[in-house]
Amino acid sequence: MIQPLTMPEQGYTLTPKEDAIETQMLEVSMGPHHPSTHGVFRMDVVLDGEEVRRLKPVLGYLHRNHEQLAEKMNWLGSIPFTDRLDYFCSMTNNWAYCLAVEQLAGIKVPERAEYIRVIMAELTRLQNHSCQAGFLLSDTGAWGTPLLYAFREREKILDLFEAASGARMMCNYMRFGGVRADVDDDWLAAARKVVENYPCFIDELEALITGNEILLARTQKIGILPRELAINASITGPMLRASGVDYDIRKVDRYGIYGRLDFRVPLGEVGDVYDRYYVRILEMRESVKILQQALRDIPEGPSDAGVKMRNFKVPVGDGYGRIEGPKGELGFYLVSDGSTRPYRYHVRAPSFINLTILEDMCVGHKLADAMVILGSVDIVLGEVDR
Amino acid sequence: MAIDEGLKSELRKAGVFVTTVEDLYNWGRKNSIWPLQFGLACCAIEMIAAACSRYDMARFGAEVFRPSPRQADLMIVAGTVTKKMAPLAVRLYNQMPEPKYVIAMGACAISGGPFKEGYNVLKGIDRYIPVDVHIPGCPPRPEALLDALITLQKRIEQDHLTGKHRLRAYDKEQKAEWPVPEYGEHDLEPPSNPDVWKPEPMKRPEAK
Repeated sequence: MIQPLTMPEQGYTLTPKEDAIETQMLEVSMGPHHPSTHGVFRMDVVLDGEEVRRLKPVLGYLHRNHEQLAEKMNWLGSIPFTDRLDYFCSMTNNWAYCLAVEQLAGIKVPERAEYIRVIMAELTRLQNHSCQAGFLLSDTGAWGTPLLYAFREREKILDLFEAASGARMMCNYMRFGGVRADVDDDWLAAARKVVENYPCFIDELEALITGNEILLARTQKIGILPRELAINASITGPMLRASGVDYDIRKVDRYGIYGRLDFRVPLGEVGDVYDRYYVRILEMRESVKILQQALRDIPEGPSDAGVKMRNFKVPVGDGYGRIEGPKGELGFYLVSDGSTRPYRYHVRAPSFINLTILEDMCVGHKLADAMVILGSVDIVLGEVDR
Repeated sequence: MAIDEGLKSELRKAGVFVTTVEDLYNWGRKNSIWPLQFGLACCAIEMIAAACSRYDMARFGAEVFRPSPRQADLMIVAGTVTKKMAPLAVRLYNQMPEPKYVIAMGACAISGGPFKEGYNVLKGIDRYIPVDVHIPGCPPRPEALLDALITLQKRIEQDHLTGKHRLRAYDKEQKAEWPVPEYGEHDLEPPSNPDVWKPEPMKRPEAK
């Protein structure tokens, strides 16, 4: 089943260096079953000794026809499918899709619903980033321990999701013009408690790993993504900000109520794996700030605009709704022909576009570093292959 | 040959512990199931959650997730099996040493689940490999995975080493490898393994 490399040999040589011992290139097919590929992802790597010379990502092992299925069902029906795109962050996926449909249909979202959405999205960001730190550390060789800490905290957030929406992971919570079910005061009190304790966990995680010598040696100056390349390759999310580009859609678009909230956008300097890890840690601290404000100011009122979901139709036109998901710019491009189902449905998946730059970051590093670089991109294959 | 239960309990009261090789062997196997670290999609995250702090699969002796199929006893098919992935899943299963077991976790692994209508989704992994325990849910909660593990343990307890219903590993007439499907012109070929899965025969009501 191994396909020959068909990539044009451009930009780097395939002959060994002149002063080096004469060696032969080795082609290794890593994956799709591999503990560090975060799912079913394959890399065809050409190695010179241990050094990566070429790398070709092979995708499509989890292609689940998301877009085609969504074009066959009505507007409401594809919300549960958006949950399964990036299965770590179902809430933000729901939000991006609902935002696109709301733009198309011109639905105004009530104030309380906007607050609930922000709370859910930031909780999602917290659990995604903490788990990402755990997985990254697994890739560097710290099997288990940081991941166990991260999942301990994740369970607390999932409990909140379950109490609000009825499901742990696949929340299916947002609706056009609001959220499916209002949250009560007990839920808000529980959320405040989780948010209050979260900085303690971030401190704990940082005490465990941030200054760790092995982590520094494995991540600093590894997989540097230059600022220009990041912009040209349309990288978004923490990866772009780690390269020092100040671009956060929460600040640029000010969708929802983000314009009113006070938070900062952490930026990296070097753009290596360490910066990507640390930008996420700092983002978690900012998320805690946002959550504290949102949980303090949440107003009373309806949590739904009262849109009639049965036979829901959208005026003719096209719309693009985008949000700052935990992994980057998550956008939905929808074309409507005025019927009950989308005419065209496209997902701009951040993981997929962030993955395109993998080769440029890995070439010249050791094979073991390629796994760490892949871990720092933070991909979820459900979103990459769709 | 199982020992008479009444005699066994009488002897135990007298301070004599009696067992059989079969019981001892099964007891050892059921409490040290090593699963294959084989995550396909969303359910894999719940599988990791089941292995992590709160649900702690180590209590049932199944926390040693092995990346290599050659060291694993149990394959948890956690997620959607696409037609591109199905041959590899069967090949991984073939590489596992006997005795081996399969848990189909989640709606996708059982039948294709919500993605069943998609052109690239396999409609259930049990078309190619024998599945011991099915867990419904999308995704199933970690408790459901633990329940499936306990169900599997109960099944392992009843495995026989000899006799007509002995384990596949001790039966020389049973085949050791399962045919790997290949991606043909339009679809996987063959579309299913007839030894494992047959479509439900259509029932026609007889006219009276």
